[in-house]
Amino acid sequence: MHLLSVDMTIFLEKLTMIAIVVFALLGIALYTTLAERKVAGVMQDRHGPNRAGPFGLLQPLADGLKLFFKEEIIPLSSNRVLFILGPFIAMFTALITSAVIPWGSSLELFGRKVDLTIADPNIGVLYVFAVVSIGVFGIMIGGWASNNKFSLLAAIRGASQIISYELAMGLSLIALLMITGTMSLGEIVKAQMNGAWGGFLGWNVFVQPLGFLIFLVCVFAECNRTPFDLPEAESELNMGYHQEYSSLKLGFFLFSEYINMIVSSAVMATLFFGGYDIPFVNETHLGETLGNNLVAILGVLMLLAKIVFFLFLFMWVRWTIPRFRYDQLMELGWKKLIPLALFNMLITGIVILLFDK
Amino acid sequence: MSTTEILFWFLSALAILSALMMVTSRNPVHSVLWLILVFFAISGHYILMNAQFLAIVNMIVYAGAIMVLFLFVIMLMNMNADTEPQKNKWMKMAGAVASGSLMLVLVAALRDTELRSKGLEGAEGSIGLISQLGKVLFTDYVVAFELSSVLFLSAMVGAVLIGKKN
Repeated sequence: MHLLSVDMTIFLEKLTMIAIVVFALLGIALYTTLAERKVAGVMQDRHGPNRAGPFGLLQPLADGLKLFFKEEIIPLSSNRVLFILGPFIAMFTALITSAVIPWGSSLELFGRKVDLTIADPNIGVLYVFAVVSIGVFGIMIGGWASNNKFSLLAAIRGASQIISYELAMGLSLIALLMITGTMSLGEIVKAQMNGAWGGFLGWNVFVQPLGFLIFLVCVFAECNRTPFDLPEAESELNMGYHQEYSSLKLGFFLFSEYINMIVSSAVMATLFFGGYDIPFVNETHLGETLGNNLVAILGVLMLLAKIVFFLFLFMWVRWTIPRFRYDQLMELGWKKLIPLALFNMLITGIVILLFDK
Repeated sequence: MSTTEILFWFLSALAILSALMMVTSRNPVHSVLWLILVFFAISGHYILMNAQFLAIVNMIVYAGAIMVLFLFVIMLMNMNADTEPQKNKWMKMAGAVASGSLMLVLVAALRDTELRSKGLEGAEGSIGLISQLGKVLFTDYVVAFELSSVLFLSAMVGAVLIGKKN
């Protein structure tokens, strides 16, 4: 089946992958909101939501319905088009980062080899950065178009925070890319599978511990999570950049934060924790006994487990550490993380030059 | 028409339309957003030419960082459609004539570039990929590369100096 010299089966295959990934992300994000409130409950020695359904499992649906049925208010003095565009961009950019993440190796379906990646371009890492830098516009446009000074202040804070931490994030990754020698996320995962203990010691976190630490801090800042949640600091800016928003547009902003968290967890797992690599297991040996399809599915589950761990880390930090002051935030980003990342780059360069001919 | 051709015409139309909208829209924030769309279309063109690195860097640097700074300035100075000064019609006509002559000169200059650029392509269409680009930058064009990095460094030092004064 060919149309315009495009193989339509590949087209359909990718379309299915996109649908699965997007709906899985939305579903996981739905339950991450519940998990967040449950974790908060545990940390603060209370129950958390437990009224809707068994163990409060229907709570996300109730929350979603509530947002859905609220009255939609667009302020008269706002810029109508941009007001609607803001949450759209936030949601869109949060979702499209997932396109380059390798969710698993490959499945044999109907005699075809189906890669469990939507796309694996040779600039995968840079693509993630490009999407992050486009994601700033969601907050900025939404905050500006509301025509509210608190929203504008929050939007400017958010944008300058994201730009500042993007630098340290990029610098911390350069050291990693010097070692892996590729920018394709799929290749980076494959390179990590060859270490000792079934790939476990090959994970980049053991090669680049400092780089990972810087990257982790920057990811927290990029996702606007506590301790870097200055764009929505409710004690200073009422509610932050989404103050004038109501109904599902507010829901889009809140939801995009959770999708961002999931996708950044997936990026961290892919870059530093072996992606879909199962630790202490040699996948090729296991594939001979269990069949490659089963091992691929186990790999996907392993990646999901790693993502869940990082999501828990996000929540753990949120309910433990208070918010930074704005000048402290800038000082950490510019005066500590960037020099640290440069130092890491220097050390990595020297080590590669001396020991890895 | 092949897929590449359809993409080319679509991206070109998008780029020209957004560029026109950028110039004609009254609200400066709208102009910036149209300009971002132009950069997206140009990135698409780079990808069609198999220069993926250039495409993504265009997106990170221009569509991302620089446009955010534009937005900062416009938002903080509270420029909107009402405060935007309107030029008189003689200025507009002079602008149209000047840009029209510039277009003529460009067309005349670029008319036969396709013949001349054949020698530059060299590395079988993979020139835009990162490893190729790195090799070329650090061997053939190393002086230009180092000079431009010194230029960047001095710009950075200048920015820090200006920031320190206040």
